[in-house]
Amino acid sequence: MTSFKVNGDEVEFAGDESTPLLWVLRDHVQLTGTKFGCGVGQCGACTVHVDGSASRSCITPVAAVANKSVTTIEGLASSDDELHPVQKAWLELDVPQCGYCQAGQIMATVDFLRSNPNPSDADIDSGITNICRCGTYARIRRAIHRAAELSGKGD
Amino acid sequence: MLSKDNRSFDADRRRFLISGATVAGSLVLGMPAVSLANVANGVQQIGFFVEIGPDGNVVIGSNQPEIGQGVRTALPMLVAEELDVAWSQVSVRQMPLGIVKTAEGFTWKYGGQGVGGSTGLTGNWDYMRQVGATARLQLMRAAADRLGVPVSHCRTRPGYVLCDAEAAEIPYSELVADAARLELPDEPPPLKDMRDYRIVGKPQNAIDAIDIVTGKAKYGIDTHEPDMRYAVIARSPWLNGRVKSFDAARALAVDGVLDVFEIKGPDPGAPYLVLAHGVAVVATSTWSAIKGRDALDIDWEPGPNAKDSSKRFWQQNRAMLKKRGQVVLDDGDFDAALAAAETTVTRQYQVPFVSHAPLEPQNCYVFVEDDRCHVIAPTQMPSGASRSAAAVTGLPRENIHVDISRVGGGFGRRLTNDYVAEAAMISMKTGWPIKLQWTREDDLQHDFYRPAGLHEMTAGLDSDGKVTAWTQRLASASKYYRRPNMPDENLWQAELYSDDFPRRIVDNMRLEYFHNAIGLPRGSWRAPAHTANAFVVQSFLDEVAIETEQDPLRFRLDLFGDERELPYENHGGPQFNPGRLSRLLKFVAERIGYGRQLPERRGIGLAAHFTFGGYGAHAIEVTVAPDGELTIERIVAAIDTGFAVNPRAVEAQLQGGTIDGISTALGLEITVKDGQVQQTNFHDYPLARISRFPARFEAHVLPYDQTPTGAGEMGIPSAAPALTNAIFAASGIRIRRLPVADQLRQALT
Ligand code: FES
Ligand code: FES
Repeated sequence: MTSFKVNGDEVEFAGDESTPLLWVLRDHVQLTGTKFGCGVGQCGACTVHVDGSASRSCITPVAAVANKSVTTIEGLASSDDELHPVQKAWLELDVPQCGYCQAGQIMATVDFLRSNPNPSDADIDSGITNICRCGTYARIRRAIHRAAELSGKGD
Repeated sequence: MLSKDNRSFDADRRRFLISGATVAGSLVLGMPAVSLANVANGVQQIGFFVEIGPDGNVVIGSNQPEIGQGVRTALPMLVAEELDVAWSQVSVRQMPLGIVKTAEGFTWKYGGQGVGGSTGLTGNWDYMRQVGATARLQLMRAAADRLGVPVSHCRTRPGYVLCDAEAAEIPYSELVADAARLELPDEPPPLKDMRDYRIVGKPQNAIDAIDIVTGKAKYGIDTHEPDMRYAVIARSPWLNGRVKSFDAARALAVDGVLDVFEIKGPDPGAPYLVLAHGVAVVATSTWSAIKGRDALDIDWEPGPNAKDSSKRFWQQNRAMLKKRGQVVLDDGDFDAALAAAETTVTRQYQVPFVSHAPLEPQNCYVFVEDDRCHVIAPTQMPSGASRSAAAVTGLPRENIHVDISRVGGGFGRRLTNDYVAEAAMISMKTGWPIKLQWTREDDLQHDFYRPAGLHEMTAGLDSDGKVTAWTQRLASASKYYRRPNMPDENLWQAELYSDDFPRRIVDNMRLEYFHNAIGLPRGSWRAPAHTANAFVVQSFLDEVAIETEQDPLRFRLDLFGDERELPYENHGGPQFNPGRLSRLLKFVAERIGYGRQLPERRGIGLAAHFTFGGYGAHAIEVTVAPDGELTIERIVAAIDTGFAVNPRAVEAQLQGGTIDGISTALGLEITVKDGQVQQTNFHDYPLARISRFPARFEAHVLPYDQTPTGAGEMGIPSAAPALTNAIFAASGIRIRRLPVADQLRQALT
């Protein structure tokens, strides 16, 4: 039995401890905002926060999050009316196309901005490695800068 | 067969009803019209597309699949504009597949449904505006009846019918029930003057963005239905291989695995329902199914393509080009013009197989019951999903309900519904509701790949440097190879669009085709043959210009020339105006500062191409370091889709197409060795990441006239040749084989 928290709620998983967190979230907890893109840690569509740091949940066995606190895209906003600044920036810049990668992009960006509150383009290039098949990178770059501003940590 | 042309408001009223545009569309279904005025929860509905709640909120049905192209925003914009409601009050509901059985076969209930070839918008431009205009007219008629005035005394402002004479102002929500009962007009009401548009033609954000950024948007992969089981399939790693035998014991021992059985694939070359032979594993969760599949022992029969390899394919192409192929176009007298030419230039270019790789791997929910079937599919062609499920189950199509989920990328992959057929097979065999899941490995190894080909170009020029003879000779694996009733002599039609540039611009022009067989399945990949041909033609123009000491921009502008309409009979016609390419090319060249003095190892490349009715151009500036390291410094892209319904979404398509074109040109190739696809996941099929693309990236939407074309494909074809032309300008290295991969490093070190 693996116990952990997801978006503040206690979760218990009785299955195989090597099951990737991704599939526990999607099939068992039925939080489907976290996406499956590659299953091998390449694309970042499955990015969640484990105790606040971005983790690719497809290569994170559920055992690794025992007694830890997981945040998914569904739990990122403090409430339905108050989105996270990164979500706000994403809306303002109208980033999503198909949208499938965007939960992962947003979760990766939130963590990235914590350590790079005022990132340069070069910081973005090295810090954001999620794949977007639709090619929303031009808007993602602008949205990251905008999110930094909205977080009040930018210039 | 579903006919295409009943999308528009037809003077033949009966046909309009069957196409189900608006009010009383239900009559053909034998229901009283009143049942359409759905008053549950106070929400009332006019026809199939428009619901108006008591609070004045409007829900507009979207009949097309949303694959990221923005159709769920653009089409409701058209309805909302004509209906005259505030865009902020609109939300969108995805409509299922709607087909109706008639004496002549099936016809559409909600208009034609399916997205491919950038037709989602053009095909619905009139229809959706007529839906909105008709609903508005019915609301005005209901108001006129209530007030006892002629309808000509009524007008609207957003959400209200006004009648000045009576000093009356009635909210739409109070009129819907009456409006829904009125008979349809015989003629479509006149459409708004485009100059009065408040919503259409103005940049709007994607209506679903809020659901996407909060994780609420539901894709096919997110389907969760009662009693659902999960399935994966181990497909033959051999092209056209078969299952010789398998041992399920170890798989069945995996916790959660419920059933293991064989899935029959198609015979080699035969029309397919599914792509490959394989073994299905059904389990209580996705992960159990994957683990069960890992534990399978399968003995594969390699089949007839076991010796196929990319190496052999390219050798065969080279050998073919030494012979005479099928001449598919022969304008003027090519041989004489070439013989008389002052200069001739010949080059070969190689374009690889590539995979669609939408980020959401294929998946599908199917529940087959005795007399019916429910499908929830991320598909570009819901009618194909219905046909696939019918073919597998033997059920009549009217008993198959197809829901269309949001789609995590299409790019042409989901024009085929093989994964729907697979899921239907598994549900039929087990009796369970099934969600079939493909992994990334499945998706890269089993695709309908973009055809690869070797192109030989020859141009003859007179002493003024004017092109007098032009030929393109192509040896490729046609994507039409598996079409029923497709004669061999038509295979070229998928690979060469004979009216493309420079048809009717260069008088003596010949196109020659050689079909080369390989076991890889092929299909439509975003802007199908345009991606290959734009790369080839726009690279070759550069080479010819440089070889004859002409400026590549001037040379192109002279060829494209001024605005004029040339006949164009391929998809995207009926006209091609090369002057619109000149306009875009001049624009991007000027924006990027073409011709200015550049630092060492820096170069600018240009390209422009006409794709399915729309026009695109790119100017790209790069640096090639002494060790071959490539930096893209700047991108300027421009698109002309006539009229842009949602300029913000068209800009997004241009940005995305540009990135797709560059990403694919830089690193992507599917190769075959010993009858198997070699690539397995994103580590060896490396889609470009954000670091590849500069912050200096402009995408310009340049309006032209009042007619919109689609926008999904025009942004991609000219990106790759602009990039490789820039690489040449920076380094002197001419890329004649895609992808670029490590060719620069190899050439320089
Ligand atoms: S699905 Fe986890 S990184 Fe791609
Ligand atoms: S928006 Fe489609 S993959 Fe990123």
